[in-house]
Amino acid sequence: MKRLLSYLSNYKLESIMGPLFKMLEASFELFVPLVVASMIDVGIKNQDAAYIIKMGGLLILLGVIGLACSLTAQYFAAKAAVSTATCLRNDLFSHISHLSYSEIDTVGTSTLITRMTSDINQVQTGINMVLRLFLRSPFVVFGAMIMAFTVNFKAALVFVAVIPLLSIVVFGILLISMPLYKKVQKQLDQVMLTTRENLLGVRVIRAFNRQKSETARFEEENGLLVKFQVFVGKISALLNPVTYIMINFATVAVIWVGAAQVDTGIITQGKVVALVNYMSQILVELIKLANLIITISKSVACMNRVDSIFQLEPSIKEKADAVRSRTSQALESGHGEKAKEGADKVVFQNVSFLYAGAKEESLSNIDFSVKKGETIGIIGGTGSGKSTVVNLIPRFYDAASGSVLVDGIDVRDYSLDSLREKIGVVPQRAVLFKGSLRDNMRWGKKDAADEEIYRALDIAQAREFVDSKGKGLELSIDQGGRNLSGGQKQRLTIARALVRNPEILILDDSASALDFATDARLRKAIQESTGDMTVFLVSQRAATIKNADQILVLDDGKLAGKGTHKELLNSCQLYREICLSQFSKEEVERDGQ
Amino acid sequence: MASKKKLDKAVSTATLKRILTYIKKYRIAVAASILMATVTVALTLYVPVLIGQAVDVIIGPGQVDYAALTKVLTKIGGAVLITAAAQWLMNHINNVITYRVVKDIRTRAFNHLEVLPLSYLDVHPTGDLVSRIIADIDQFSEGLLLGFTQLFTGVMTIVGTLLFMLSINPLITLVVVCITPVSFLVAGFIAKRTFTMFQKQSEARGQLTSLIDENLGNLKVVQAFSHQAESQQQFEEINKRLAGYSLRATFFSSITNPATRFVNGLVYAGVGTAGAYGVIRGFLTVGQLSSFLNYANQYTKPFNEISGVVTELQNALASASRVFDLMDQPAISQDAPDAEVLHDVSGQVTLDHVNFSYVPEVKLIEDFSLKVKPGQRIALVGPTGCGKTTVINLLMRFYDVNSGSISVDGHDIRNVTRKSLRTSYGMVLQETWLKSGTIRENIAYGHPEASMEEVIAAAKEAHAHSFIKRMPNGYDTVISEDGGNLSQGQKQLLCIARVMLCLPPMLILDEATSSIDTRTEIRIQRAFSKMMEGRTSFIVAHRLSTIKEADVILVMKDGHIIEQGTHEGLLAQGGFYSELYNSQFAVS
Repeated sequence: MKRLLSYLSNYKLESIMGPLFKMLEASFELFVPLVVASMIDVGIKNQDAAYIIKMGGLLILLGVIGLACSLTAQYFAAKAAVSTATCLRNDLFSHISHLSYSEIDTVGTSTLITRMTSDINQVQTGINMVLRLFLRSPFVVFGAMIMAFTVNFKAALVFVAVIPLLSIVVFGILLISMPLYKKVQKQLDQVMLTTRENLLGVRVIRAFNRQKSETARFEEENGLLVKFQVFVGKISALLNPVTYIMINFATVAVIWVGAAQVDTGIITQGKVVALVNYMSQILVELIKLANLIITISKSVACMNRVDSIFQLEPSIKEKADAVRSRTSQALESGHGEKAKEGADKVVFQNVSFLYAGAKEESLSNIDFSVKKGETIGIIGGTGSGKSTVVNLIPRFYDAASGSVLVDGIDVRDYSLDSLREKIGVVPQRAVLFKGSLRDNMRWGKKDAADEEIYRALDIAQAREFVDSKGKGLELSIDQGGRNLSGGQKQRLTIARALVRNPEILILDDSASALDFATDARLRKAIQESTGDMTVFLVSQRAATIKNADQILVLDDGKLAGKGTHKELLNSCQLYREICLSQFSKEEVERDGQ
Repeated sequence: MASKKKLDKAVSTATLKRILTYIKKYRIAVAASILMATVTVALTLYVPVLIGQAVDVIIGPGQVDYAALTKVLTKIGGAVLITAAAQWLMNHINNVITYRVVKDIRTRAFNHLEVLPLSYLDVHPTGDLVSRIIADIDQFSEGLLLGFTQLFTGVMTIVGTLLFMLSINPLITLVVVCITPVSFLVAGFIAKRTFTMFQKQSEARGQLTSLIDENLGNLKVVQAFSHQAESQQQFEEINKRLAGYSLRATFFSSITNPATRFVNGLVYAGVGTAGAYGVIRGFLTVGQLSSFLNYANQYTKPFNEISGVVTELQNALASASRVFDLMDQPAISQDAPDAEVLHDVSGQVTLDHVNFSYVPEVKLIEDFSLKVKPGQRIALVGPTGCGKTTVINLLMRFYDVNSGSISVDGHDIRNVTRKSLRTSYGMVLQETWLKSGTIRENIAYGHPEASMEEVIAAAKEAHAHSFIKRMPNGYDTVISEDGGNLSQGQKQLLCIARVMLCLPPMLILDEATSSIDTRTEIRIQRAFSKMMEGRTSFIVAHRLSTIKEADVILVMKDGHIIEQGTHEGLLAQGGFYSELYNSQFAVS
């Protein structure tokens, strides 16, 4: 809420002028019953046609002024709401972009996306409604009551009695039905889940001939949804009839009290009509207020959800004196540590790591060092920590204890940009972005020339299919790379990382969609053309990593072995098992010799 | 443009008719709702008349007729109670009708999903289909409900008000009728402006959402390449555009209320002036004037509501037509009435000159013939995208061949029931799918009546028993959506157990390329070989050990079977297979 107010304060003028003009409009509306009352009491009583026409003119004038005020109010409210939401969106997008991997993991991307889209939209609607109605409606309700007092004290007491009672009923029904609506929403989610699941598993469902039981399950979920909906509907359908009864009984009371007052000559007939009119104005505003409360409570919930994202602090922060880049002043002036000449390229010193919220360590006491230009294979089962190891190098996550050094400097002492500039990452999931092939390739290097891009495509074994499409680098790529096959996407993501000619290349199981032949050619090309690039190969395939200079075997977060293929075959039981499951026995025996 | 509009209209008429057929089932309820609405409207309109009568007996000091007043006020009380009851009943009935109709349509749509051909489901994103069945139908239900509650009562109120006013005084009614069209003009003008702006707004919003989707969905990649600044710039650009449209759309739509309120004020002023004049001239009482003013207040409200309902209904129709569009997609052909039921399948599979492609332009499988003897193992080998999964699609008859034929035990599979064909195959795919439910339910998926002993036996055979036992609730552990709480390997073991329980005579296995931990992997291998004993098996193979043990290796490339034979035979040929095989061990 505080955050929202600080955004609104940038649009002070709009946020104040909106409700102000709205109240002006309401005040003019409150005069209308009085004008009509004097029409009856003065005009009709004195048979004064000119007076009546004058009053009619006054009514129209009130209407025109009201319209002008209201249009002004609507404009300011819309302006404030839209501008606030726009700023909020920009800031949230920027904030999310700078969250670290561990926050992204905890929150989940789909949640982040709904926060950015529907939640902020709802906030926008909420602000707009609040600025327009929140002051107006109570103002009219109490205004009408006060006006009633100016007409007649005794009759106005009816208002005093009925307004709180009405409020209790209206808000009571709201309070009861809102949690029920949440239940309906939840059930709707359940129906959605069933539908989704069904579509994803369509092959299995048909293979097992289970269409009928799936349908039955859906009908059950769907039936439950209807049951909930009808139940809530029953309660909220009470709102209108109950308020209707109360207001009209109050009107009856006003007439009754008013009649006695007229009888004793305290007020006139026209005043009774005015009182009745005030009562109906209150009814209209209370209903509006009830709807407004629903909108507001939704918006508040959305704003809180948005706010909870803003409150997430990126867990990975740059130090104030971080190493900017190799040529930066910080280094020259001796600030921070210098890249040590001849230091190993990447060093893990007793590194342990655990994911946010996890109880057990995902990596424990990992120690290894890699020289410049070496190729490192990392192998192990799912959940053994292979990806975690390579994710620590570009500092996507911070180690819980121990340290990771690149060029002899702790990764935490680099600025994020200058650290990541050195590294080319090919993630497990091949992701491309909407745009041309050239745009995508330039993610790796912002000013890459076409020759550089083609060179990278060549190494990544992607040149052939790019050429066969006949569009060159103009080849347009759909969102998520939908117009390419899995293997093609993988090769392009590899090329993207190669374009920047990184010092360290990380291939995180990135060749899984490639067949053996392409995979082999790819590895060969990388080996031949990357010179002193240090390459990390994460894989499940022993064939992929067996020729690496150093192989790390991970088991349940621990280093189960480290060495060359041959060494490990003889020394590491787990590695031997892996190879036996993938190669023939003779081959394993031969390699072990 | 004009012709498009006409077409749209034809479509919405058709959609409307179709919705009516769904509502028809509830015609008694609809009649009750209409009756209640009539009662509500009539009494709501009668109350101001009564209030007018009450005012008329309070003329001035000493001129109050208490007896008459009591009578009128009692009448008001009675009318109000009946109105409220009728109103509640009407709302309730409308809720029931709407939600039932929606349920019927949703169920029907879901049922249709079950019979849609895979060729449709494979090319339409799941998200889109889900949103039709959930979001579109929801939107439709809102529109329908609003239409029910407000459209009808709105029209009734307008007609009723006119009638009541006419019965009190035709001249003043004329004043009201003359001013009303102004309200329409104003509303129409605003609606037109608003509509274009809303369209532009939703267009910009769509662009923004897809940018968000892309960038936040792949945030890790964005960060790995330090691309945040560029993304932000792109984002702010679209966001600014959105702000412009959004401001105009919000403003234009928000002036509808004040504008109609202004027209309402005009009506009120007109009625007040003319009425007061009428009282002077003696053809109206003060009470009647009060009734008129009351009506004038109510009169324009339904116009407002109706214009709101109309846009809402248009949205609802658009949503409904998207749902109906899905339901109109041709279903898979029914099994022929004389389709045979396969039983005691020996496992002889023959593919005879099969041609197949998903889209006519891209030929996939051409003139493919193969004879598989019972109990043989067929390994499908080749680069990605070479058509291995296509073969599975054809064997299971998820797709039909374009020409040629596939037969099992000499029966063309198009002449046997799908059910018996698919029951004859056990299928384990690389994309493991488990349903949300208990482990037991999942294992017994193909054979729901299986006893606990049978389930455990199958799990043991699949080497899944030990890890299931370690789960918090054993076989009753609930698996969340898509097996979220299991590892990839465990999921695959469950899929194998699922097939183990049915033990069909033929198998289709898809070996995992990656993501399985080594120990589980060894277990899966063992489970696979156990399953394959004596069964005709088709294996999409990635592991050389599997490939070597196969009776026939089919080497596929670009949808063609380019080589066919045993491991030794193919190596000797020195073709694509031997290149593939050697590349595994190529010195890099």
